Amino acid sequence: MNWLFNTLWSSIGKKLFMALTGLCFCGFLTTHLIGNLTLYAGKDAFNSYAEHLHSLGPIIPIAEMGLLLLFVIHVLTGLTLFYKNFRARPTRYAVNKNAGGRTIASFTMPYTGVILFSFILFHLLQLHFIDKTGTTIYEIVSDTFSQKSNVAIYCIVMIFVGLHVSHGFWSAFQTLGADHVKYTPFIKKLSLLLSIIFGVGFGLIPIYISSIL
Amino acid sequence: MTNSETKKDINLTLKVWRQKGPDVKGKLETYQAKNISTDMSFLEMIDVVNEDLILEGKDPIAFDHDCREGICGMCGCVVDGRAHGPEQGTTLCQLHMRHFSNNDVVVVEPWRSRAFKVIKDLVVDRSPLDKLIQAGGFISANVGGAPDANAIPIPHDTAELSMDAAACIGCGACVASCPNASAMLFVGAKISQLALLPQGKPEAAKRAISMVKTMDELGFGNCTNEAECEADCPKEISITNIARLNREFLKAGLFSTVAK
Ligand code: HEM
Ligand code: FES
Repeated sequence: MNWLFNTLWSSIGKKLFMALTGLCFCGFLTTHLIGNLTLYAGKDAFNSYAEHLHSLGPIIPIAEMGLLLLFVIHVLTGLTLFYKNFRARPTRYAVNKNAGGRTIASFTMPYTGVILFSFILFHLLQLHFIDKTGTTIYEIVSDTFSQKSNVAIYCIVMIFVGLHVSHGFWSAFQTLGADHVKYTPFIKKLSLLLSIIFGVGFGLIPIYISSIL
Repeated sequence: MTNSETKKDINLTLKVWRQKGPDVKGKLETYQAKNISTDMSFLEMIDVVNEDLILEGKDPIAFDHDCREGICGMCGCVVDGRAHGPEQGTTLCQLHMRHFSNNDVVVVEPWRSRAFKVIKDLVVDRSPLDKLIQAGGFISANVGGAPDANAIPIPHDTAELSMDAAACIGCGACVASCPNASAMLFVGAKISQLALLPQGKPEAAKRAISMVKTMDELGFGNCTNEAECEADCPKEISITNIARLNREFLKAGLFSTVAK
């Protein structure tokens, strides 16, 4: 089994973990966004969506454990690569100039990543790990967004989500070696589209909720 | 001299990395490059500065070069933050001074990477790239009579892709320009050049595993798909070669019978 370890532990193997876990998050964000859109249909629609989710039985806790595992892998591998890449150039250049490949999204990946990490903890503490007796999830959400500061935090972080995904989605395909003259241009466009959908889709929810309070 | 001729000469201020040896500290030093003809190459401009330094009894600036026609891969420095300078698809020896303006301040630094030690001034030790080639950047063939040129049919497009990868001159600009000092474009080009052709296929899996292992051991960084290498490569080698390297390596590591 040495071959498996050697392959997965190599630089490209670590990137493979980043790519697969990152793509899973993109899948999660898609379902999360679709679910959250029920907020626009009002209190009852959203509450019944949440109830429906929780009535699915063990699927939800299992999926949560899965996401947690992917999250730990993505964050630890990302930070490891960031540290190794930092070490790979002990003397920095006096002058740095963009040659034309880098984008804001690509060079901020580790930083937007760390922001997302902090945000996800904050988000879960705010809406997930709380006492939900005698209240509904809709009330928790509208309470949260009754505070202007929360609306601002969510909106700003969603810009970072968009940035992270706009490089990450395309980059994941490149890492997997899934590059093709016919499909790569489409994947790059999809990357941009997806980042806009996530950014705008999630970003408008707090604004909408706070506007109808 | 007529006006149009004098206009061709420019004066520059150079800030050049000077370092006496691998284990001593270096620093940027300022020099004046006077009356530089815009028809000169960047290296010829340094020659002129060095002549002055020699006349003053000072140590000339050490830099690598050989063919001076953009094919050997010996030259290369980071000029104002760009490997081989500001021109796309150009080696430093082919970069002409007409791309600079009078009184420009130009910063010249060596390739920076943990894997490339500075030997002196702008000269770095690029033998890690040779070690990568030794790890698998070749094919094994029995010598004998030369085979028929077209005995093995190769589609034109495939031959072109392989030739595009084979344009790599091994200068190390990809490592220098990569924000992570990764050698993935170099390795990707070598892997692609051989893996695309039937002659390279028998050893493709072994080659991919061995070259990636060596690459990791030599202390190069990890690719984060920033595509800076592609933009600075004097031979404009595409990062699709990096995708092919990823593919070849994962295929070899997970599905081949090599390295059980
Ligand atoms: C909503 C959550 C997230 C999504 C959808 C996401 C998505 C992605 C994707 C698709 C990639 C590309 C993988 C590749 O380049 O092969 C990636 C890379 C990366 N992610 Fe995330 N990620 C998320 C959260 C995080 C978090 C919390 C961190 C925390 C440190 C992080 C740090 C990184 C880093 C450092 C990279 C590598 C960047 C690079 O290779 O240039 N990500 N992410
Ligand atoms: S000196 Fe040969 S490529 Fe520049």
